[in-house]
Amino acid sequence: MDHLAFWTILAGLLTGVSCALVGCFLVLRRMSLLGDAISHAVLPGIAVGFLLSGKISGPAIVLGAMTMGLLTAFLTQSITSATRVSEDASLGVVFTAFFALGVVLLTISAKGVDLDAGCVLYGLIEFIPFDTIEWNGLLIPRAIITLGFTLLLTGSVIALFWKELKLASFDPALATTLGYPASLLHYLLMALVAGVTVASFEAVGSILVVAMLVVPAAAAHLLTDRLGIMILIASLLASLSAIFGYLFALQYNTSVAGMMAVVAGGFFALALILAPRYGLLAKVLRQARLTLRIAREDLLGTLYRREEANQRGEQPAATSGRPDLLTGSRPLFRKLALRQLLHRGLVQGRADHYELTPAGRDRAIQLVRAHRLWEAYLEQNVSLPPDHLHAPAEKMEHYVGPNLLRELESALRQPATDPHGRTIPPSGPSPR
Amino acid sequence: MSFLQYNTLLVLTGTCLLGAVGGFVGSLAVLRRRALAGDAFAHASLPGLCLAFFLVGERSFIALLIGAFVTGSLGLAAVALLRRFSRIKEDAALGIVLSVFFGAGIVFSRIIQGQHTTGNKAGLDSYIFGKTAGIISQDVLLIAAAAGLCLLVILLLYKEFQLVTFDADFGQSQGWPVLLLDLLMLGLLGLVVTIGLPAVGVVMVAALLILPAVTARFWTDRLSRMLPISAVLGAAMGAGGTALSSSYADLPAGPVIVLTGTSFFIVSALFAPRRGLIARWRQSRFLPLPPPELDDGLPYVAPDPGGRL
Repeated sequence: MDHLAFWTILAGLLTGVSCALVGCFLVLRRMSLLGDAISHAVLPGIAVGFLLSGKISGPAIVLGAMTMGLLTAFLTQSITSATRVSEDASLGVVFTAFFALGVVLLTISAKGVDLDAGCVLYGLIEFIPFDTIEWNGLLIPRAIITLGFTLLLTGSVIALFWKELKLASFDPALATTLGYPASLLHYLLMALVAGVTVASFEAVGSILVVAMLVVPAAAAHLLTDRLGIMILIASLLASLSAIFGYLFALQYNTSVAGMMAVVAGGFFALALILAPRYGLLAKVLRQARLTLRIAREDLLGTLYRREEANQRGEQPAATSGRPDLLTGSRPLFRKLALRQLLHRGLVQGRADHYELTPAGRDRAIQLVRAHRLWEAYLEQNVSLPPDHLHAPAEKMEHYVGPNLLRELESALRQPATDPHGRTIPPSGPSPR
Repeated sequence: MSFLQYNTLLVLTGTCLLGAVGGFVGSLAVLRRRALAGDAFAHASLPGLCLAFFLVGERSFIALLIGAFVTGSLGLAAVALLRRFSRIKEDAALGIVLSVFFGAGIVFSRIIQGQHTTGNKAGLDSYIFGKTAGIISQDVLLIAAAAGLCLLVILLLYKEFQLVTFDADFGQSQGWPVLLLDLLMLGLLGLVVTIGLPAVGVVMVAALLILPAVTARFWTDRLSRMLPISAVLGAAMGAGGTALSSSYADLPAGPVIVLTGTSFFIVSALFAPRRGLIARWRQSRFLPLPPPELDDGLPYVAPDPGGRL
């Protein structure tokens, strides 16, 4: 790797990780858009700092931008509380106004200087390696030192106030009642956001800062429930976005900062689909497994009721023939469920019909027992008319676990029949 | 008098109409708590602009706007889907969509600039910050047509939109097609953002929707008055901003329009008769217990014993 690539990637990496650190708190506190607003609103601060100092970097600009960032947080909150303009609207007013002011100030002040409006939006990460200073005999890009210092500062502030920030993020009301100064913590976080935004500004510009603030943190939020791990994952994703963003940008000869945002978006999309617990795929699979289990249990219940009807000598309304058992809603799931039941030895196929095996009968008895107990319970306690009892019980039978079953039994004192006069099968293996 | 020339007059007409329709549609959006949907739409429209630029090759106003509308709508759809099907909250969903789509737009625009070397950069950059000077008569016609369409739809469906804006759940329970009406409102919002792009630019076009509406809200409690007030404020903001920026040739129009609107907002926030800060301050001095205002759906906050809110 040549040193140009090294410094560019390192700059992207430092930017990404600093942003991801504070971004996690923004995402958890549902303040992502305040980060967005601050990243826009620091522009006039930068412009004024530039007007005063004549340099495009340095303490004047950082100070100006930090002031504007905190002012944004303050103004948004006070407009909402003082005038009842809703929070999102006041955010929109403040950041567009500040951004407009910044563009105007820059247009007036920065003619002929390489601080044009374009670099405001997408940064100049490609030029970072060329602006170097000597440090212990090494030529190091100036921005790397700034960004490294920012990361160090952000990391240590978060480590120092870890407990407080964590509490305030998950339960601000509890934090206040415990005596932590919630609004002070809020402004501390906003100061961090402003600081990180200013430092990252040069590298990725004002809008792609938002990508680094929000996207890795949101992706990490999909992958874990623990704050510490979330921060680690977000930092890792931000670093990978920086590396691959640079490589892809090189490949297609395009903007590094833009590509970093796109790669981060790609990681987010992957997390959205594949996350083990909160991913879309996991959700679909969970849903399908549940549907399948319900289909299996419904089949067992149906077969048991037919057996019952046969024993009583009634002619069953329908035979247990193959096509008949599989008709109804979701035929695909029914077919699959039947195959599973056969495979597990709960149901066996005869020449023209299916019947329960002893193991299948035990399982079916549990289900039908749950169903009828629930019906009896509903009749006793909810006073539904008899023809309204079946439908809720049909749903509930799949969710009655051993604990609920015991409670039902003790509440009903072991009834022998359900409201329709059918025998409630006793628990335990069937006498056959 | 530079701004009485034909071109300037044309541009003035365009931005005036744009501001008016922005105020109209924005009122509904702001009341529905969708102020920032316009922002997300605008940012998400950048890749569409660039792709249309790439496909059509030259500056074709309509093609660019169609491209912008398509990816902008995709962006809003992504926000809605993220909210509905994942644990991502709305704020993060908006942030993700606007920054990633914008990043993709920047990536495309740089690739395009690498391939076409002549003057294209200026074309696309003007969509980011807004440049009214480039507006020609056909563009104004297009803006006028879009504005007319928005006006017509809102006037025809005024009652329905009002219902969805203030009590969507009630509307749902009464069998109104709430989802369809909502989509239509978002469509209008997208249309306004799209035609506003060339004048105000991607980053600030959301202000066209937010500023007039929020400002008008200070002057009235009734939607039937808020809509026209907001439209007038929007028109004044568009025209005033354009006039100002054309007298200082170097200033891009977008930011000046936004700052004009901001000044309206500040004046209204301070001096509006009942809801303005000064009026509220005086009221809180003379009336120790102000009546609860529940019209915003915000919880009523009891004043402390000092009598100040």
